[in-house]
Amino acid sequence: MGQNGSEAFVRFEGVQKSYDGETLVVKDLNLDIPKGEFVTMLGPSGSGKTTCLMMLAGFEPATHGEIYLDGQPINNVPPHKREIGMVFQNYALFPHMTVAENLAFPLQVRRMSKADIETKVKRALDMVELGAFGGRRPAQLSGGQQQRVAVARALVFEPDLILMDEPLGALDKQLREQMQYEIKHIHESLEVTVVYVTHDQAEALTMSNRIAVFNDGIIQQISSPDTLYEAPETSFVAHFIGENNKLDGTIQSVGKGTCKVRLDTGETVTAKAVNVKEKGSRTSMSLRPERIVINPKGKSVPNILKGKIQELIYLGDHIRTRMTVAGHDDFIVKIPNTFGHEPLAEGSTVNVGWESEDCRALDFTEAHGPG
Amino acid sequence: MAAGTAGTNTENAPLMTADGVPLKQSLQRALRQKRRGAFLLTLPLLVFIFIFFVAPIADMMFRSIENEVVGKYIPRTVAALKDWDATSGELPDEKVFAALVEDIKIGRKDRTIGKVARRLNYEIAGMSSLFRSTARRVARLDEGPYKEALIAIRPQWGELETWQLIQRESGKYTASYYLAAVDARFDNAGNIVAQPEERQIYTFLFGRTMAMSLSITLLCILLGFPIAYLLATLPLRYAALLMILVLLPFWTSLLVRTTAWIAMLQQQGVINDLLVLVGIISDEGRLQLIHNKTGTLIAMTHILLPFMILPLYSVMKTIPPSYMRAARSLGATQARAFIKVYLPQTLSGMGAGTILVFILSIGFYITPALVGGTSGTFISNYIADHVSTTLNWGLAAALGVMLLALVLALYLIYDKAVGIDNMKLG
Ligand SMILES: Nc1ncnc2c1ncn2[C@@H]1O[C@H](COP(=O)(O)OP(=O)(O)O)[C@@H](O)[C@H]1O
Ligand SMILES: [Mg+2]
Repeated sequence: MGQNGSEAFVRFEGVQKSYDGETLVVKDLNLDIPKGEFVTMLGPSGSGKTTCLMMLAGFEPATHGEIYLDGQPINNVPPHKREIGMVFQNYALFPHMTVAENLAFPLQVRRMSKADIETKVKRALDMVELGAFGGRRPAQLSGGQQQRVAVARALVFEPDLILMDEPLGALDKQLREQMQYEIKHIHESLEVTVVYVTHDQAEALTMSNRIAVFNDGIIQQISSPDTLYEAPETSFVAHFIGENNKLDGTIQSVGKGTCKVRLDTGETVTAKAVNVKEKGSRTSMSLRPERIVINPKGKSVPNILKGKIQELIYLGDHIRTRMTVAGHDDFIVKIPNTFGHEPLAEGSTVNVGWESEDCRALDFTEAHGPG
Repeated sequence: MAAGTAGTNTENAPLMTADGVPLKQSLQRALRQKRRGAFLLTLPLLVFIFIFFVAPIADMMFRSIENEVVGKYIPRTVAALKDWDATSGELPDEKVFAALVEDIKIGRKDRTIGKVARRLNYEIAGMSSLFRSTARRVARLDEGPYKEALIAIRPQWGELETWQLIQRESGKYTASYYLAAVDARFDNAGNIVAQPEERQIYTFLFGRTMAMSLSITLLCILLGFPIAYLLATLPLRYAALLMILVLLPFWTSLLVRTTAWIAMLQQQGVINDLLVLVGIISDEGRLQLIHNKTGTLIAMTHILLPFMILPLYSVMKTIPPSYMRAARSLGATQARAFIKVYLPQTLSGMGAGTILVFILSIGFYITPALVGGTSGTFISNYIADHVSTTLNWGLAAALGVMLLALVLALYLIYDKAVGIDNMKLG
């Protein structure tokens, strides 16, 4: 990806990082971020997201490779000269300063006049709706308020790039959702570039223009949220983003964009060939629970298997059904609660069917279970 | 206040527990029992503290003003002197001399006259020998006039100063120990005046003790801060090793550590040998590192360093690295981030360490005694000297009380300036 470096505002080029000289925490990072984009690094804990952010901010040196900011290599630029705003997970508000002093800090460092500082601090506080709280100490604010101050402080000196490392991790669910929208709006109105780190896929899907899914120091896929959900390219992504049914099998034949896969229980299904090797190799297929039809009519879909209903969970708008299909007893089907939908009973056996297009044959993985 | 808020409830209908006892009453009973339990648990400690801490200090305070020796052992003389006008310029009359002769005779028999002699000698040197030599010779003095006889024995009995002193020190309480502790005394007319220059020593010693304690505290901050920082930031296994090095002195006897410093610092010691070996100094020019201020400074800084490091460390450990990183990302250089963001957050630990080291060092005894020589000793060494050598317990007590007052005053100043609540010890 990203051969045209002239467009990229932030650019990782073959970046590797090791802390102990034995294991690579970041394996081979190539990433281009255009100006104004909101990019999220999403991945499980320990996958190297924070490390990438720290290298970009200048707190950890890259073991190998080069990072460019606005076309300039920055490996040898110290953090205070990078002009990058940063929001930390614990907010890192200076406890011995008031909120206003916290915000004034980056401006004082830049030797601005007192009057300028005052107006800028006021504007930043108003932007996060904390105009009346300038005189308070951080400890006197609620978690959500501290979070806003941290955002305001990262923005007050008008950097072009903001880094956020799980900034909402400490907030409760409701506040987190509200802050997601606020940060999103700030991004849109200020047109800054944001690199955001989270392990919460819903948060990533809500906020980002593009999401880079990390696993084990490698970017698995970089796409827009809808592509990531609808067209995952690896089993890990399919499993990590949204709910997923995994069916393992062996490839029988590979055709034009499709392939025939023999399941471990003997049935054969047709799937979209996305990330498969030659005939005879193993594959894990990904199938979204809402794309499965119960008791399809005749030959309306190419793939039809038998399923035994194990558990029905009534969720109002849909009925979540867990069944055993092709030896997997964690096969989930979401049945919309429409007028006259199939009557279902636990213990009964039904046909389940799906389009070949919706069943993506990906790289084989032992790990399983719905994401 | 609690009654005020509860009062609004009880005005109409007092709340009752299930068995009909007013809620307030049964709550108070429950609380009382809890408090009694807590009190009983702390009782052994309270008794211990009282017997071995409060009582001795109270006794010491009392000794610093107590003055019953003269009135108790030469009572007739004291009674007879009541009528004498010390400012008249005339010696007391025959009656007083007769009373003194009788007192000394009795005191010699009871072996108490030495106490009077010693007590008065604190005020005017020579009083001791005056009393003792007189005591040896009054036995043969059977009839008067005693005045001439006594003056014949020792001419000091004909001096006004002697009698003025006896009259002045005949009260039950005296301020003369405190005056001595600040290098002052009563003159013959009973006015407070400064001691003659060659006898002024205690204010100088208090000053030296303060100045050296301050230097030791500063040295401890300078040396302790980087160590505490390393302890708080190094990877765990190195930090644990370093922590053992810091704590090692705690596990070694103070005496052993001090004597180790003697071995290190003396003229034929390790450091001088090394310097000669490397050629920085010549064999004749060996440095005097011990039995002076340098010795006290070095040894005490080493001994008190953990008291600075530990509170600093405990505070630094709570400062996440993200603060410094945040400051750096906001545009501050390493130095500026350190001074503006890191340092202020360590102040509570530094305050605790400072007050701890300073108070401990102001009352230090063993180390200055062993390595301080004459120029590096502290006020406490003189207190000990008065307790064990000159046996002037009154003066020792007065000096001790002043030291205690000094420490309390510092503590209060610190409380006003920083607030004891902000102090973090660990
Ligand atoms: N300062 C460090 N020293 C050594 N190892 C580290 C350090 N920071 C992170 N790691 C290791 O690097 C890996 C990736 O960590 P991190 O980048 O924090 O992941 P994430 O932010 O995705 O949870 C983890 O295995 C972690 O243990
Ligand atoms: Mg992280």
